[in-house]
Amino acid sequence: MPAASIARSVVLEARRSGLPWLVAASVAAGVGLAAFLSQVAVTGSLALQTAIVAALLRACAVFLVALQVITSTQREHDDKGLELMLSLPLSRPAYYLGRLAGFAACGAAVSAVVALPLLLWSPPEAVLMWALSLCAETVLVAAAAMFFSVALVQLLPAAAATAGLYLLARSIGAIQAIAGGPLAEPSLPQHVARWGVDAVALLLPRLDAVTRTDWLIYGAPAPGQFAAAIAGLVVYALLLVAAGLFDFYRRNL
Amino acid sequence: MRRDERSLAAVPGWLWLLLAFALAAQIGWLSARPPHRPAGLDLPPPPGPGMLRLASFGEPAAAARVAMLYVQSFDLRAGNDLPYRKLDYGRLIGWLRAILDTDPRSTYPLFAAARIYANNPDPRKARAMLEFIYREFLEAPNQRWRWLADAALIAKYRLGDLPLALRYANAIDRLTTRRDVPLWAKQMRIFILEDMNEVEAAKVIVGGLLASGRIKDPAELRFLKRQLQRLSSRGARSRPRLPSP
Repeated sequence: MPAASIARSVVLEARRSGLPWLVAASVAAGVGLAAFLSQVAVTGSLALQTAIVAALLRACAVFLVALQVITSTQREHDDKGLELMLSLPLSRPAYYLGRLAGFAACGAAVSAVVALPLLLWSPPEAVLMWALSLCAETVLVAAAAMFFSVALVQLLPAAAATAGLYLLARSIGAIQAIAGGPLAEPSLPQHVARWGVDAVALLLPRLDAVTRTDWLIYGAPAPGQFAAAIAGLVVYALLLVAAGLFDFYRRNL
Repeated sequence: MRRDERSLAAVPGWLWLLLAFALAAQIGWLSARPPHRPAGLDLPPPPGPGMLRLASFGEPAAAARVAMLYVQSFDLRAGNDLPYRKLDYGRLIGWLRAILDTDPRSTYPLFAAARIYANNPDPRKARAMLEFIYREFLEAPNQRWRWLADAALIAKYRLGDLPLALRYANAIDRLTTRRDVPLWAKQMRIFILEDMNEVEAAKVIVGGLLASGRIKDPAELRFLKRQLQRLSSRGARSRPRLPSP
């Protein structure tokens, strides 16, 4: 299985890079922040600790996974590793999917580690759902980062595009709500803006509906709601993989 | 970022199909599901003192506005123009206060408080919002008088609570010191007193304004003199007649 070998090499590369140390530092920073917050909170200190630490660790996990994917792809490009790999009897989908599987495994591992400290403040079933959701989210971010870093080649545009997609996907629900609010004037430009926002929303994953901190504070979501949210991420990850493979096939190597 | 590309014909047919299927699945999936919108009662507890400022990373003006958009997203939902009625006003006021603490010069929270949230048909919630505006006015009367003027109008016309409206109007007159605060705002208490049948008190205020020499504009002077005459004639009409000997 050449794809499995490539995935293993990606995981090995991540393990030997600074990723484990950075994840450990993020967890330590989260626990330290929680200890600090417990001293300053007047009331609801448990909820405050959970909310802020979960939001921080989620952001750290996504940021670290995205940067790992982008820098690794960049290094592969600079070292001509891609040309070397494709000179072997290895198909393009096997190479692309193998690397993506490796990054997905890294995302899953990072998600599991950053979810652990949340067990200090939240019930295990809520933490489990949060961790599974973060795992799906990091896999999706890895797919997006890989798509952009392969398509845009350079580090800075790839990082900016990945961050832009992620932040827009996190805020598109609020943008839609405001665009369709009753305070907006019912005029043609307003209708066009609203249709535009709705059209953009159709091309984005609903990241505001997953890995929600309120699951940890107010209880785990209903299974149907959770499954629907994760299914949305799976569908979008499939779209990113298809788009990435499409672009990869067109590259003249 | 230009790169050497092969023609589209190099892409195998199965990949075209996969891309089309994935795109259709994404659009179909999201079209079939209503967008996630926070429920009216979902407004979380407000952040503690300084937390928003801490989270702003040195950009309190931007953070305050983003936080206002966040609060707005809980009530301004498409197709539903009255959801703010359902919000927990204790939490809502906490959020507005935290946002004002983050950027005290922002007019957005007080605008939303006076023009949207204070118009709640539930008088208890409306009064809570008016009191919030009053307390925040006391922090910076010269900058926030217009919102308290709105609050006085809401107290007078929507709640029909003239003493409350008078309290706010008195505060505007007493605490604002900037010269560009318009006369109508400072005279608001006169009209409220008149509505309360406190004609004599209104006359004293108008007379005091005229005597103080603070009014320089001839049109305003004419207007106040006419008002004083009108109040005097109204006072004479409403004064009980003494029984004829």
